[in-house]
Amino acid sequence: MVYEVFRQERKGQPFQHAGSVTAPDESFAEVYAREQYGRRQESVALWLVPREALHQIADFPDEFEMKYRRVDGYSIKARLREARERAGTLEMAPGGAEAE
Amino acid sequence: MSERADLLLAIADDELFLGWRNSEWTGIAPFLEEDVAFSSIAQNEIGHARALYELAAAELGTTADELAFDRRPEEYRCAPLVQLRRLEWARTIARHWLYETADEIRLEALKASNDPEIAGIAAKMDREEAYHRMHAEMWIDRLLSSEEGRARLNEAVDELWPYALGVLDDELRPELRRRAEERLGRTLPDVEPVTRGVHEAELAELWEEMTMVRRSAPAGARW
Amino acid sequence: MDTRTQEFLEYVQSGGQVETTDWMPDEYRARLVKFIEMHGNSELMGVLPERDWILRAPTLQRKLALTAKIQDEVGHAQLIYRVVEDLGKPRTACLDDLVSGKAKFHNVFHYPTKTWGDVGVIAWLVDAAAIVSQKALLKCSYAPYARIMKKICWEESFHILHGRDVILALVTGTEEQFELVQEALDRWWEPLMHFHGNPIPAGEDPMYVWRIKSQANEDARQEFLDGYVPQIRELGLSIPDPALAKDDETGVWSYTEPDWEKLRAVVTGHGPASRERLGFRRLSREDVAWVERVVLAEAA
Repeated sequence: MVYEVFRQERKGQPFQHAGSVTAPDESFAEVYAREQYGRRQESVALWLVPREALHQIADFPDEFEMKYRRVDGYSIKARLREARERAGTLEMAPGGAEAE
Repeated sequence: MSERADLLLAIADDELFLGWRNSEWTGIAPFLEEDVAFSSIAQNEIGHARALYELAAAELGTTADELAFDRRPEEYRCAPLVQLRRLEWARTIARHWLYETADEIRLEALKASNDPEIAGIAAKMDREEAYHRMHAEMWIDRLLSSEEGRARLNEAVDELWPYALGVLDDELRPELRRRAEERLGRTLPDVEPVTRGVHEAELAELWEEMTMVRRSAPAGARW
Repeated sequence: MDTRTQEFLEYVQSGGQVETTDWMPDEYRARLVKFIEMHGNSELMGVLPERDWILRAPTLQRKLALTAKIQDEVGHAQLIYRVVEDLGKPRTACLDDLVSGKAKFHNVFHYPTKTWGDVGVIAWLVDAAAIVSQKALLKCSYAPYARIMKKICWEESFHILHGRDVILALVTGTEEQFELVQEALDRWWEPLMHFHGNPIPAGEDPMYVWRIKSQANEDARQEFLDGYVPQIRELGLSIPDPALAKDDETGVWSYTEPDWEKLRAVVTGHGPASRERLGFRRLSREDVAWVERVVLAEAA
């Protein structure tokens, strides 16, 4: 059986996929993962998961470009300049009149 | 030589030779993951030997390497069990498990020693050996769960049993028997232990090979 | 070449990464398997010349370091064969092909190790040659392989240091110890010059075309010479090639052209120790065949 191994390098860090080991059962997998991914004290913790328990999703359609949910969905340069011009505050903006 | 040094050398020699024997599987173990795991066990054992030699060396006015390499074959105090050259996997596992079981009993006694250095090192060794025991138990479980595995294991254990008894002092042997029999679910043969003091023929051969590079330069040469 | 394959080629040539579940052209997959499998075989066969010396290591420290180094190599083989397995070729098939002589492994592992000097030279210089190639593989278009190369490179760094430490102890020791190193270097220089393969231009090397390799063979060799010839010479060791010289203007090393026919013969199993080593692997596999039966066969 293939077991996927996730390792945590230091406390507080996320668990990241490190690789996989083949083993007849969980107790062997534990020993083997411990050795392959921890014998140099390079990990503080490991997660072991049988491969069948993992499901990959890799398909994320965005047919209608719903960018309003992200930072790059906003372009405020032109409007900001207009607002500053109107308020007479263009020179005060960082970088002076040239700024956005 | 004091009793203390004698004791330290006996255990150190056990760990050194067993570590050596186990390291012989590096690269040729039954499968790759096991190869890596078993190699760590071998390294730990050599590491234990080194720590024990250092303790004895301080008392005897020498160095760990000199104790490990520069004695004559007849001066080593290891149990015959660890000297046997057994490149067959069932016997390797049997020896591994038998030794770890005996060693656990031995370490329990040492942890209670009123010599703080000995008690301290025994505690450290025991913490690492816990993983060795886990590994041995795992293999025993697996082998016992199939007919072929059980047959091979039992044959190997029966052959090594007299040697296993020889690892421990007289008063600790009944405990080894009790634990082994409970685990295997059967009685083990009533045999004469093969004790320390009389070396297997393999030891001299092993000593030749293990010291050949070291002896090729004058004493005190750096490597 | 059909459109889809052409697009794929352009994708990897512009730095695109491929995962296990992505579509890939048959040719790409086949070349990938062959290349990665050879790497796995090399790590596994590389263990054999070195493991005899675990027993003979002259101090406890060296014994531990050498065992750990070889353990790493076995661990690397495990990582590599896992990648091959996920590409469709089971580990047992790889091992079958290896012991039957069908599959190749790297040239350097076809040579005998004769002395403790060899142990130092291998750990230092052979591993150094390997790390030049391995660093280039960090950019392999096939991502699972690139990822394991990270772990492999990190672990190899201690091997080189260990090797160099062994060599330094010998070259600062007795006359005989110094000679041990020189003699080993004399024997290993040709295999080292062969290591990075014949100087095929990158554009003609299919491995480079598909961005499995990201460095031409000759560039790797030059990198190795640049890094290590000075290190070798500063110890007072001499390199057994009178033609070895660096052009100060171009920075290019010239050397006596290695015998490429000999390299081909070696990697197809005619090296001095090839048969013996494959025989040893075959036997040890047979010895433990029952373990696979009893232990692994029950795996779900």
